[in-house]
Amino acid sequence: MAGVKDKVAIIGMGCTKFDEHWDKSLSDLIVEACYEAFDDAGVEPKDIQAAWWSTAWSGELGIKLAYPLKLNFIPITRIENRCASGHNAFIDACYAVACGAYDLVLVCGAEKLKDTGLPIPGVSDPVELYTSRVNPRFLAVSAYAQLALRYFHHYGIPIEEGRRILAKIAVKNHYNGSMNPKAQFQRKITLEEALNAPIIAWPLGLYDCCGITDGAAAAIITRADLAKNYRDDYVLVKGVGLSCGMYHPQVQDDWSVTYVRENVAASQMAYKEAGIKDPRKAFDLAIVHDCFTIHELVIYEDFGFSPRGRAKEDVEAGTFELKGELPVNTDGGLKCCGHPVGASGIRTMYEVYKQLQGKAGQRQVEIKNQRGLTHTCGGNPLESHAAGVVILGLRGA
Amino acid sequence: MVGVTSYGAYIPIWRISRGLMGKGLQGERSVAGKDEDSLTMAVAAAMNCVSEIDRGTIDGVFFASTTSPFQEKSAAATIAAVLDLRSDVFVADFAGSLKAGTSALKAALNIVKAGSARQILVAAADCRLGEPGSVNEQAFGDGAAALLVGTEAAAELEGDCSLFDEIYDTWRRDIDLYVNTWEDRYVYSSGYLKVTKETVLRLMNKMEVKAEDVAKAILSIPDPRRGVELARSLNFDPKTQLQNSFMDVIGNTGTAQPLMLFTAALEGANPGDRLILASYGSGSDAFLFRVTDGIKKLKGRRRGVEAYIARKKVLKDYTTYLKWRKLIKLPQPRIDMAVSYPSAVATWRERNRIYPLHGVKCRTCGTIQYPPQRVCIKCQSKDNFEEVRLCDKKGKLFSYSFDPLRENTPIGLVNLEGGGRILLELTDVDAEELKIDLPVELTFRRVDLRREDGMYVYFWKATPVRD
Repeated sequence: MAGVKDKVAIIGMGCTKFDEHWDKSLSDLIVEACYEAFDDAGVEPKDIQAAWWSTAWSGELGIKLAYPLKLNFIPITRIENRCASGHNAFIDACYAVACGAYDLVLVCGAEKLKDTGLPIPGVSDPVELYTSRVNPRFLAVSAYAQLALRYFHHYGIPIEEGRRILAKIAVKNHYNGSMNPKAQFQRKITLEEALNAPIIAWPLGLYDCCGITDGAAAAIITRADLAKNYRDDYVLVKGVGLSCGMYHPQVQDDWSVTYVRENVAASQMAYKEAGIKDPRKAFDLAIVHDCFTIHELVIYEDFGFSPRGRAKEDVEAGTFELKGELPVNTDGGLKCCGHPVGASGIRTMYEVYKQLQGKAGQRQVEIKNQRGLTHTCGGNPLESHAAGVVILGLRGA
Repeated sequence: MVGVTSYGAYIPIWRISRGLMGKGLQGERSVAGKDEDSLTMAVAAAMNCVSEIDRGTIDGVFFASTTSPFQEKSAAATIAAVLDLRSDVFVADFAGSLKAGTSALKAALNIVKAGSARQILVAAADCRLGEPGSVNEQAFGDGAAALLVGTEAAAELEGDCSLFDEIYDTWRRDIDLYVNTWEDRYVYSSGYLKVTKETVLRLMNKMEVKAEDVAKAILSIPDPRRGVELARSLNFDPKTQLQNSFMDVIGNTGTAQPLMLFTAALEGANPGDRLILASYGSGSDAFLFRVTDGIKKLKGRRRGVEAYIARKKVLKDYTTYLKWRKLIKLPQPRIDMAVSYPSAVATWRERNRIYPLHGVKCRTCGTIQYPPQRVCIKCQSKDNFEEVRLCDKKGKLFSYSFDPLRENTPIGLVNLEGGGRILLELTDVDAEELKIDLPVELTFRRVDLRREDGMYVYFWKATPVRD
C-alpha cells in the first residue's frame, strides 16, 4: 500500500483567531485564513490547482470556498466527517498531491456557528438519513459523560478523584491557551475553579467542555520535491490515518465504552506509515481532540502515550504539560481555542507547523524528535466516531 | 366456561395531592407522566395481563377509552402490534361513555362464547381532563386495566344485563377539552344511582341471586359517598361487600375503573366467590361472575392494583401537572432537540423495531443486536438473522447521563438480559436513583417530537424495576 510519507509538504498555513466573530461572515473568515496561508507560502490564489473544503455545518458545496476567494473554476471537493472533517479533507488532498494529480493544493476548513445559536452535533442521526426519530437524541456532552462514568467505574476510580484528574487537564490547557493569541479563551484557571464550575452533564462540568466557536484555518500543500522552491522550513506529512466506527457502542452489546476504538485504529495507521514504534517518545508535541477533558484522558491511552488505565498517573506527573515529557495541546486545545468544527483539524496542524518551525512564541516547545501529532475526532462514545490523525515532521525526522 | 382468564392493571407512578389542586376532596389522585397517555397506559396493563400467556391463542384486542390519543386511528391496532400478535387478530376500539370498558368486555365474552375467538384481550384506560380547579379535576385519576377473556376462566361469566340511558349528566363534545357535568344532585339521583341500581337488580333477579350470595360488588364509583349509597340501596354491606374504589389514593379512572376494580377484587378472591361487576355511563353493564380454581394459578404472578398503589412519586406542585397535560403553553426552546421531524413512512418501515421492539439474533454467531442489522457486527454474516422481541426483557443500566438541554431527562445504555443493548431514555426516575447496574425494565411511552407535525410517536423507555 503506497502511502504519503515524505511525499507531501506543507508550505504555508493560516488561521484566524478562533472567537465569537459577531462582525465577520463565513467568507471573511475564509479570506483571512487563506490569505495568511497564501502569504506564508508565497503563492497567489491563481496558482492553486485544486482545493479541499472542510466544513461540518457551514455549507454544502465547493462554491462556499470559491466565492470568497474567486478560485478560478478549479476542482473543489467538500468534505464532511463531523469534527474530523479537517483531517479528512487534508488527508484526501495529500493523496491527490502524492499521486501526482496536482502540484499545489489548498485545504481550508471554516465554520460559522455563532450566528444561529448552533446546529447541535448529535441531533441528527449519524447512521440513517431518514428514521422514525424514536431513538433518544442527546448532546455530545451526555455521551462523553457516560464515557467518563464507565472509565472511572472500569478502573475503580472514585468519581471525585476522576473529576480532579479531568480538572487538571482543563487547567493545563487553559495555561497553554493563555499564551495563544488566536485562542478564544486566554485565561488561566485554577483547579478549584474547574472543580466548582457548574455541572453540564455529571460528572462533566463547564471546564470539561470546549466552546462552540467561529473560525477558519488553511494549508497550502505541494509535492515534497517541489517544496524547497517555496521555503526551506517546510513541513512534511509523515503518516496519516482515518477510522470510522460502526455504531458499535450500541449495536455491540459487550463494547466497554472505556475508550475510543477509532482513535486506536487511526493512530496505528499513521504510526505504521510514519514508522513509529514508541509513540510516547516519538513526538515533540501532540495536538489532540479534547472536546471534553475525558476524551483527552482516554486519547493518552488510545495513542499509546500511557498504558491502559494509567493515564491518570501521567496527568499527576505532569507528563503532558508544556514543559513535560510530551506536551499535549500546547495551543490550549479545543478547550481554549474553541471548536469551529470544520476548521479545528487544520488548526491542530497550524500549531504543529508553527512549533516545528520554532515560531510558537511563549509556548514554544523544544524540538528534538522533529515530529508532532495532530488529531480530531467526530461523533461521540454512544454512537461512534470518525477519527483522523496526521503526523507532521521536519526533513530530518 | 367463558370468563376472564387473566388480568393486569397499570397505575402511573405519579400522584398529586388534591390539596394542591384546590379546596375540596382529600387524599391524592394518580397522574399520567408527561410521556404517558391512555394508549401507553393500556399497553402497560395489557403487558401485565398477558405475561406468561401463550400469545398465539389471542384472537382479538379491544381498546376502550374516552381519551384515546386518536380520534381516527386504531389504538387497539397499536396495542396488538406492541404485543407482537398475529396480523389476523381482530381489533376494535370502544369509546363514547365510561361504560366503554365493560361494553368491550361484554362483546369479548359474547364473541368467545360464540366460538369466534379463543381469547380476546380487553384493555381500558383513561386520562380525562377536568377543568383546572374543578371538582372533576380533583376526582379524576389516570390508569388502565386489562382483562383476558377466554374459556379456561379464573372467573366465569354466569350472566349479564345491560341498560342504556339517554341523559346529559357527564359528557364531552367533539370540541371540548374538559369533561362537563350537570348539577350533581340531578346527576346522581336521576342517573348513576337510579340506572346502576336498576341494572344490577335486574341481573340479580334474572340470575336469582340475593345480596348475601355476593362476595364482592364491584361498582363504578364516581364519588365515594355515592358509591356507598348505591351499595346500600342494593342491600350490600359497604364495609364487607363493596370493592374499595381507591378514590382516596387514585381517583376515578373513568373507562378503566370498573375493570381495574374487578382486577383488584380478583386479587383477593377465592374459588367459589360470586362477584357482581357494574359500570355506569349512558346506561350500565352488569355482570355476575363466579371465581374458579383457576384463580390460584394467576395470583402473585402479575402486577395488580395493590402493587401499583404501593409504588408512587408525588408531584411537588400543581404547575407540573398543568405542564404535563399541556394546559400551560410553554415557549419553545431556542435550541430545539427535535430538529428532525417524525416521518410516517419511516415509522411504518421501522414498525417491528418500534412497537414490539424487535432486535435480531445472528444465526451464525448468536449475537443479539438492536436496531436490526443486515450485516452482523460480530461476524459480518449477511442477512442471516432471526427477529427477537426485546420489549419484555429486563435489563441493567450500563451507563447513564443527563444534561440541561434535555431538561435533565436521563438517557442510558441498557444491557438486556439474554443479550442485546439499547440506548433508551429513562423515565419515572430521579437522577439520584441512577447508578451503574441499576435493574430496569422497559415501558412503552410517547416520544416528545414536534407536536406541530401532527403525529404522536411512541417508543420504549427504561424505568427502574420497582417490585
